[in-house]
Order: sequence, then C-alpha cells, then structure tokens
Amino acid sequence: MSFEYAPAPESRALVSIKPKYGHFIGGKFVAGGKHFPTINPATEEVLSQIALAGKAEVDAAVKAARKAYTTTWSKMSGKERGKYLYRIARIMQERAREFAVLETLDNGKPIRESRDTDIPLAAAHFFYHAGWADKLEYAGLGTSPKPLGVAGQIIPWNFPLLMLAWKVAPALAAGNTVVLKPAESTPLTALLFAEVCQQAELPAGVVNILTGDGSTGALIVNHPGIDKIAFTGSTEVGKIIARAVASTNKSVTLELGGKAANIVFDDAPIDETVEGIINGIFFNQGHVCCAGSRLLLQENVAEEVLHKLKNRMEKIRVGDPMDKNTDVGAINSKEQLVKITELATAGDAEGAERWSPPCNLPAKGFWFAPTIFTGVTQAHRIAREEIFGPVLSVLTFRTPQEGIEKANNTPFGLSAGIWSEKGSRTLWASQQLRAGVIWANTFNKFDPTSPFGGYKESGWGREGGRHGLSAYLKGVSHE
Amino acid sequence: MSFYGLVDGGDASLKSYLNNLSGVDQVGAEARAAMLATRSIKTSSKRWAIDTAITMVDLTTLEGADTPGKVKALCTKAVRPDPTDSTVPSVGAVCVYNDMVSVARTHLDLIGGQHVPVAAVSTAFPSGRASMVVKIQDTQDAIDAGAAEIDMVIDRGAFLAGRYIDVFNEIVQIRQVCGDKAHLKVIFETGELVTYDNVRKASFLAMAAGADFIKTSTGKVAPAATAPVVLVMLEAVRDFYEMTNARIGVKPAGGIRNTKDAIKQLVLVNETVGPDWLNPKLFRIGASALLNDLLMQRMKMDEGYYSSPQYVTMD
Repeated sequence: MSFEYAPAPESRALVSIKPKYGHFIGGKFVAGGKHFPTINPATEEVLSQIALAGKAEVDAAVKAARKAYTTTWSKMSGKERGKYLYRIARIMQERAREFAVLETLDNGKPIRESRDTDIPLAAAHFFYHAGWADKLEYAGLGTSPKPLGVAGQIIPWNFPLLMLAWKVAPALAAGNTVVLKPAESTPLTALLFAEVCQQAELPAGVVNILTGDGSTGALIVNHPGIDKIAFTGSTEVGKIIARAVASTNKSVTLELGGKAANIVFDDAPIDETVEGIINGIFFNQGHVCCAGSRLLLQENVAEEVLHKLKNRMEKIRVGDPMDKNTDVGAINSKEQLVKITELATAGDAEGAERWSPPCNLPAKGFWFAPTIFTGVTQAHRIAREEIFGPVLSVLTFRTPQEGIEKANNTPFGLSAGIWSEKGSRTLWASQQLRAGVIWANTFNKFDPTSPFGGYKESGWGREGGRHGLSAYLKGVSHE
Repeated sequence: MSFYGLVDGGDASLKSYLNNLSGVDQVGAEARAAMLATRSIKTSSKRWAIDTAITMVDLTTLEGADTPGKVKALCTKAVRPDPTDSTVPSVGAVCVYNDMVSVARTHLDLIGGQHVPVAAVSTAFPSGRASMVVKIQDTQDAIDAGAAEIDMVIDRGAFLAGRYIDVFNEIVQIRQVCGDKAHLKVIFETGELVTYDNVRKASFLAMAAGADFIKTSTGKVAPAATAPVVLVMLEAVRDFYEMTNARIGVKPAGGIRNTKDAIKQLVLVNETVGPDWLNPKLFRIGASALLNDLLMQRMKMDEGYYSSPQYVTMD
C-alpha cells in the first residue's frame, strides 16, 4: 500500500457568507441596485450576489472619503492613526482563519497559501505601516510630508486581501482616505475587511469599499474628486488609466504585468533551484504578476534541471483548494482559463513541446494542469506574453551574458530570479537585470519592508517600504 | 572493489567526485522541509502511517547503565510492542551496544522474535575516536555475537579536516568486515558536520564506499535528525539511485519523539524519494520514546481518546 493522503478539508463553518452584499460607504453597508454573482471557481457554486456600483455610489463614496479626509483623518495625529492601523492588524490576525477560508472559497487558491501567505502578509502590511504613521517626518521625505487626499484604489483578483492591504495600509498611514474597488470575481474578503473597519471603530468614510466591474473602476479613475489612483492589474488597463489621468492633477501608481525570467546558472544549488522554479510559476496557480514564467537554463545543466523539475512536478497535488494538502488550486475564472488555454494552444502551434504530469482534474470548476513548454525561443508568443497561469516557458542560454540579454529582452520588467552559488555572479547579474524586484536563490518572497514595482511596461512607482509610502505623500519626489 | 564506478578508491578521484556535487542552499532546503511539515495526515492515512512507522523503529537503548534485564525488556517490547493488541507489528530492529548483542539475540530468539534483527553500534561509537584495529574488532565482535546490522560512526574529525579519503577507507574496511553477514549503516553525526553541503557530501561519500544505509546521528549530539537534514539525505539517496540503480536506506535518529514528528518523516520520504522507500528495508527511525507515542496515538484512533501513559509499557 502506498501513502495516500486522506482528504484533510479545512472547515467551511468558520465563515458565514450573506446571500447578498451592498457597498461600504461612510462606515455603513449600503444596499446596492444591480447585482452580479461571485462564484467559487473550484465548484462553480454561487457564493453570493454582489452589488454593482454605478455613478451614484461612486459619488457617494468619494464624498464620504472627502468628508472623512477633511474633518477627521488628515487632522488626526499620526500616533492616533497608527493606533487604528494596529487595531485593524490585530483583528485581521484574530480573524485570520475566517479570512483564509473566505479567500480560498472566492479565489480558488489553496488554503495552505491563503493561511500561510496571503493573510499573514496582509496583517504584516498593516503592522508595518502602523509603525510609520507617527514617523512620517523621519522617513527622509522632507520635514513635513502631507497626504494627497482621497485615493481611488483598484485591485486585482489574484491576491484579493493582500492587494487591499498593500493599497489601504500605506494610504491610511500617510493620512489619506480611500475608495477601494476589489476585483469583480473576488470581492468577499474586501467586504469582510469592511466589517473589520467597523469592528476597529475606524472613523466613518476613511475606508469605502465599492464592488463592481470595469465600469465601476472607470468611474473611480475618472472621478474629479479623487487625488490619487493606485491600480494593480493588467498592462492593458494600466495604459487606459495612464491616458485617463494624463490631463488631470491625479497622482498615479500602476503595478502591471510581468514576464519574469528565472535564470539558472550552471553552479546553482539544483534541488533548491527546482523548488524555486516550482514556487516561481505554480504558486497561486501562476496568477502572479511577478511569476517566474520564463525559465532560462544554462544549456550545460538544462537536461538535469528539466529532469528533476519534471519529477518534482509529478508530486504537485492539484485539486480541492480547501484541502490542506493541495498545492495548486483552481483557475480563478472561466475567462482566465480561456486565456491560458488560448496561449498554451499558441505554444503548441508554434512548435514548443508541452508537458504536464498526469493529474486528475475535477470535473466541475476551472482547472489547468501545471504545464511546461520546452524548446521555447524568444520569438514564441508564450515567451513574450503574460499567461497568468500555471504555464512555464523554458528557454536556454550558453553564457551568462546571453542569459542576461534574453532576460531583459521583454517589454516587461517586474521581477527576476537568479540561481547561483557564486556570490560575485549573483551580484553581477542583479546589476544587469532591468527588473524592479530581483530574487537570489529564492522566488516570490514578499515583505512589507521591501519596495515592489516594475520597470518598463510593468508599471510606475513602488509599493511597500519607504518607497511605497512616498507614493501617498505630497511634496516629496516620486519614483 | 568497484565503488559503483564512481570513484577508483584514490584520493584524487574521491575529491573530484565530491567537489562536483551541486551545493545545497540552506534557506531553500529549510523552506522545503517546513512546507512538507504542513501536510495534514488524517484518518486512514494516519493509521497506515502509524503502523508503518512502528515497523521502521530501531528500538534503541545506548546507555552506560544498560543491563541484560533492561535489554531483554526492550526485546520483548520490540517483538510485541503492545501486549494487549496482536495487530501491532514488531519494530524494525533492536539497537544496542556491542556487548549487549548476544543478550538481545538470545532473548529475541527465545521469545519468538527471530524476525527482529539486532543492530549494534560500532567503530568506537559515539565519538569514533579509536584506532582502525579497534574499530574492526568492535565490528567483528558484534557480528560474531549475532548482529545483523552494524551502525558505524564516521570519523568527523577527518571529514572536517578534509581527509575524505580516510573516512572513505574506514567505511570500505568496515563494509568488508560486514561482508554479507550484516547490513551497514553509516552514521554522520550531522550535528557535528553542521552544514547541508557537508551532509550531502558525506551522503555521497558513504554511499560510494558501500553503505547500505546512511544515518543522521548517534543520538548523543543535538541537533540530530532535523527535517532539512533528512531531506538533504533523501535527495542524495534519490540522486544516487538514478546514477547507480542502487537503493540506499536512510535512518534519521535522535529527536524524533512523537507521532507527529514520525509522520513528518514519512511525508519527507514519500515526496522526496518516493513510496518505494516507505519500507523498513529502506527507512528506519532510531528512537526510544517514539514507540510509546505511536502506540498511544494508535489506541486513540481505535478508542477515540488519548490514554494515559500507564496503558503502554515503559520499556
């Protein structure tokens, strides 16, 4: 008999999902007009009906945010603001399991990741920025940095609560108020966060949460009452936003797509490199803007690395995201599955060789087996376009110089990984790479103290650390 | 000897073989081990894991105060770990000092435990600080007294000084003494080798020299069988199998005290080298206190509550 792991499902009883949600405006839940369903992508079960914010709701939210900004939040001392942020952080920790279960149900990501990565990191962002709230004048941003005003924040579906934390925590620490729109397919943890704001007795209007689709996002971006737009999402939408704010006084930060190179030199620690490749592309089903989606292998170790990578991929556990032993969960939406499938088919058509380990994908829900393409060249679409799914393109290089040239030969520049046991090579390579985040002998590691953001078409500005804070303050240089 | 065609028995070829091994990234190895420790093993798979772990226990007593009475009691427990439940399997082996081998073998045979082998620690265990003549005699004595498994220690001083060939030659000589009478387990004392690079190097060195098993620790030094150390050794065993087709066993020893720890070890095996190694022929756990926790967890699964230690035998 072999060691089969019996199902180990996390309990769903921890969360109560309402049949219908409204918006969170001025500290209260306000009933919505039109609604649309949010589903569990692992089962296609409808979880709840979500309100679609139109012009009236956006106006009301911006008005509430402005009022809170002028009457309360911008006048409050940093020390007092910090107390609210600490309180929010603690409540998020206390309710961490509830958040994790809700995130997994709505997003499709494995409970192990929402439990061990998303939620703890989200709380960490609030703790970190709480510490900044009363120290802004010591952040090297001038003697008396001032908040921008009302921030409109539009976040993606891949790390719903974590992206909320990346946006809301620095904005609030710096003294801004926010109107935030979670992604259409993953609004539930943002709505639970609204409850946390109430529980923390955050002054009304400091955080406003509007649910909706792209049309709601456009209303926020184009609203004249908003001082700053922070967006995380596709490069395509990022460009639309950049055009929309071009003739206004709005500040803007954009965190967009990527096609990161994970570069393996021949002196890499092979077993840990294989783990890093797996983590780089299969973490969160590859729905990661900084995913290591282009594997660049030095040719003299390519065969060995690929052999070990395939063996390791056979151990990946794909399936029920609520099972504690699941490594790869469901694709977030049907639309995304179609996109991944289309690009993978393009890989086949262009002559790359596709390989996936045998795995039984559930009949219902949206699934895509972990996949690698070998024999990929710079000219393949799957080497250039962001797939945003569990699909890895494998390329080779002959010399370190060639590896760097290939890594930089992309319109994107969000992240990169370097695998080598030689310190001098790692330092040299990191100086040559044009990417905002570079990992050495690791991948997809995040920390609130570390700025995150891209070069080129991967975005404008940074989030996290002192650099991220500066994007929510006036009178200081923006990167 | 052929050494699997990997080395020629000389210093230069051994050095080149060891220096060509890829390094181990400490952070990455520890992260992988920590991730595998989150596996949640429940119900039927937990039950299977507990019984499998029992068959893998090398039930050990290695004290200056060991007496024939103590060793006989241990042997009785090894054969029938739970006297009230005959479905509990026997353990993998009884592990004792050299001078207790004959006591253990005689008693096991007397009580119907012919199937339970006796393992003897050897080569001036635990420090390894003795001449080769003494180490060979130590091993020969144990085999003559009926030991079917020899747990030798390597000369850590030689290893840390870079005299790999001396370590290699000692293993080769003890391997010759064992012949086909005894399985050879080679103990690294990973708590003294410290780095994962050293653990990987020692693993490949011992396997090429003819070890049947590679073993983490003596149990006398902490840290002992940490999850990342066992992971690195399992990866070495897996790679060695791909190179040579030879299946080498792994024995973590020291620090594995409860069922949860033991199950984590089985998960490491399952997801690193694969289910073929989930077998007492290829995986053992050196322990003394562990067995009782396995028995108590087994009772808990049957009866629904965690009983008092008074319901399992003390040795």
